[in-house]
Amino acid sequence: MQAVASFQRWLFRLYGPEAAPIVLRQRRIYVLPTGAGLAYAVALGFMLIGAINYNLSLGYALVFLLAGLGLVTLLHTFRNLVQLEISPGRTEPVFAGDAAHFGLCLLNRRPTGRPAISLRLAGGDWISADLAADATTAISLPLPAPRRGWLRCGRLTLETRYPLCLVRAWSYVEPDMVCLVYPRPEVAAPPLPASATGELGGRLGGIGTEDFSGLRPHQPADSPRHVAWKAVAREQPLLSKQFAGASSADIWLDWNDLPPDMQAEARLSRLTRWVLDAHAQGLAWGLSLPGRRLPSGHGPTHFQDCLEALALHGNPAP
Amino acid sequence: MATQRPDSPLLARSQELWLLACSVLTLVPGVEHIPHWLTAAAGLALAWRAAIWWRRASLPPRWLLTFLVFSGSLGVFLTYRQFFGKDPGVALLILFLVLKLLEMRRLRDGLAVIFLCYFLLLTHFLDAQGLDVAGFTLAALLGITAALSGLAHAGRPVLAHLRLSALMLAQATPFMLLLFLLFPRVQGPLWGMPADAYSGMSGLSDTMSPGSISQLSLSGEIAFRAHFEGDIPPKHQLYWRGPVLRLFDGRAWRAGAQTEKVSLPDTAAGTRVRYAVTLEPHNKPWLFALEVPSSAPPAAIVSREFQVLSKLPVRNRLRYEMQALPDFVPGAEESQASLHGYLGLPANNPRTRALVGQWRREAATDEAVVRRMLDFFRAENFFYTLTPPLLGDNSIDQFLFETRRGFCEHYASAFVFAMRAAEIPARVVTGYQGGERNPVDGYLIVRQSDAHAWAEVWLEGRGWLRVDPTAAVAPSRIEAGLAAAVPAGEPLPFIVRADLSWLRQIRFRWEAVTNTWNQWVLGYTPERQREFLSRLGMREPDWRKMTAVMAALCGLLLLGLTAWMLHNRTRLDPIVRAWNRLSRKLSRIGLARKAWEGPADYARRVTLARPELAQPLLAIATLYIDLRYGRLGGKQPIQKLRRLIADLNITAKR
Repeated sequence: MQAVASFQRWLFRLYGPEAAPIVLRQRRIYVLPTGAGLAYAVALGFMLIGAINYNLSLGYALVFLLAGLGLVTLLHTFRNLVQLEISPGRTEPVFAGDAAHFGLCLLNRRPTGRPAISLRLAGGDWISADLAADATTAISLPLPAPRRGWLRCGRLTLETRYPLCLVRAWSYVEPDMVCLVYPRPEVAAPPLPASATGELGGRLGGIGTEDFSGLRPHQPADSPRHVAWKAVAREQPLLSKQFAGASSADIWLDWNDLPPDMQAEARLSRLTRWVLDAHAQGLAWGLSLPGRRLPSGHGPTHFQDCLEALALHGNPAP
Repeated sequence: MATQRPDSPLLARSQELWLLACSVLTLVPGVEHIPHWLTAAAGLALAWRAAIWWRRASLPPRWLLTFLVFSGSLGVFLTYRQFFGKDPGVALLILFLVLKLLEMRRLRDGLAVIFLCYFLLLTHFLDAQGLDVAGFTLAALLGITAALSGLAHAGRPVLAHLRLSALMLAQATPFMLLLFLLFPRVQGPLWGMPADAYSGMSGLSDTMSPGSISQLSLSGEIAFRAHFEGDIPPKHQLYWRGPVLRLFDGRAWRAGAQTEKVSLPDTAAGTRVRYAVTLEPHNKPWLFALEVPSSAPPAAIVSREFQVLSKLPVRNRLRYEMQALPDFVPGAEESQASLHGYLGLPANNPRTRALVGQWRREAATDEAVVRRMLDFFRAENFFYTLTPPLLGDNSIDQFLFETRRGFCEHYASAFVFAMRAAEIPARVVTGYQGGERNPVDGYLIVRQSDAHAWAEVWLEGRGWLRVDPTAAVAPSRIEAGLAAAVPAGEPLPFIVRADLSWLRQIRFRWEAVTNTWNQWVLGYTPERQREFLSRLGMREPDWRKMTAVMAALCGLLLLGLTAWMLHNRTRLDPIVRAWNRLSRKLSRIGLARKAWEGPADYARRVTLARPELAQPLLAIATLYIDLRYGRLGGKQPIQKLRRLIADLNITAKR
């Protein structure tokens, strides 16, 4: 198996992730007849025998024209793929168990379109796309993300059978693309833990996100959502809206507070669920993991930091 | 964008319709050659499939299709009593195609339908290979290939598929030409032909009974074409010799054994006519040669009776080169024993015997008897007609003394009978007489309507002399052809009628084209290929050399086509082209445009370096910006931009 894999790597010139943009040069495009193409060849063989046996001069001409068509198809199929440029596009983080969607930009510099290009990541589903003339087409390729951490997109197969289904041209590339996979949020997790400062921990008048309480000078860490854009429109300096909320208590989501018999992945799963819940409820929260402590905070940046910390806990290999 | 595996997807409705249309297109021309029950069954199946398509109904169940396959195959077997051979093969192909349509669901089925259609196109050539068939096949090929490209991609408009199909077929054509010329030809058949292979070829036979030649004369089909080196000989010399008939049973004349060779006439004798004949297949061994043949084409012999015989029946259009000695009189070497075979007669027709016996006693020489007989034809009230009355047992007597209406076979037959009754060795010669020169390509066209029969008599000291009794009755038959010789109102073939001159003009043109087609496309046999390739400079072409050259040339062609297709033919916008030209022009003074520079910035930089160019550059840059990014459009501003850039004088103040 090892030998086969290394032979494949040599044959298909796979040398690990490649820098963008990847241009499909002719040397890395492979062309072989499909099953239908072989059937076509066999049919032509029988037709040739018929033409010889019955001395059909036009039969020869027909068979030779169809043979020429086969050769021309080879070129057309090859041409449909060659000189295509591939560059990585936008890839959003996903939760483990969902499908990661790797965004790709396919740039067709040719004045003619490239119809029926099929793409697939190893282990994913086929996506087919028609590339318009002289344009970039954005597509996203699904790939199951079973585990948290960095997910490499791996080997991408591009293939086409256009125009006559008789020939398959394909190429393998490995774009340098990764997707961050968060731990799978626990289903039916216990509710968020109470605030660390007890039942009354929610300081009244404390800073929350629910009720507008006034304006203060903008600080770079403030969420853009809280910028008082109306004030900006009046050409006043950048101000942030302040909110008060009874529920904006600091809660601590601590690895060590979880039941001692829980497995590591289960702990991460529950913490992820809690981070999601806390963010959804507009709470401020802090996250404590072995070896990593994120101070209390709120907002999308904090949310993503926490999820990333959970995803990369223990530095799982990409 | 759809998420599906690229393997066997279901067919779209538009694809199904295309495939259905292609199948109908391929099936229609073959209808006249298949049994009626199959025509009906195929029609029903197609209608059924069309109804399924129309109503979006489901396809018939598998058991029903299996049943139909078996019963259809059984029907084919019962019709032909076999599965092998031309007709049952075609019938089976048609059966499979229509049944495949009935189970056509996925891409795989669609491909099978396409391949069957391609195969069926080939079978049309079994019946005819004319230009019309070729044209039809090309059109069908265009449609089927478009359907095939539609299978690869359903979403595109029909016109795009047709255009692609035309482009690909055009690109395939050079390969076809190369392969056609260079693929080592094999003379078929590869195995024994079923008996039905050559049915339906018409031509002269080796028996002649009253009415057989006049029947043949009703056909305007071409028997052969001849091309002469130099002028075509005068019409009265154009006797194309075919089967020589020696044996008479009272009604029909038959050829005798024909295998002996003779030493061919000496080359010194008189003028020599060189010509080449392209003979239409007639499934008989004889070739037609101008009298008197002095050489035999390859794979043929000249018999003792100066008949040219091929070793195999002529089943394909055959081209051969011949020489004729029109003034040569053969037969000087005949012996009494060999001449005896030309005197045999059945014991009937007493009146003729009596008349000729009287001439024999009165005449001094054999030649005088011959002359008496011809005078008899001339003097008495004989008619030349395509529709002679039927004759009884004593057919010669009845013809000579009662009906006196006949076609050339009657005259030839009666003449030879009379000569033999006078103990002059005589024989009937059948063949063609005359022909029509096509003014377009100079070929002489000889039709079945030119079929003729004449006689030969052997005279002491001279040899076998040709005597055409028809010429005594209707001299215009020889000089002007059949149409001039028979009375008006006779059922002549449409094609030889003299009164439709415009039609003849069109026909001449068409036949000249057809002849070129026959000579070069259909007549490209192994011999012709070798001859053609050696004329092109290939020394002793054999299959190894041909294959090598073919492979090399195909490879070169493929490479060339690849280079052409990969060559980045990005046609630039004329505006961008003009703008690039400005940059090239300014690069001569070191002011090429940087890749990141916009038009305004570029103009500013150039103006700083060369203030004297400020005004024209501002005009150019403004116009460019308006054209490229603004609403300005049309040809005139672009031309203006070009002119401005061309007029820019960068060396003005040097």
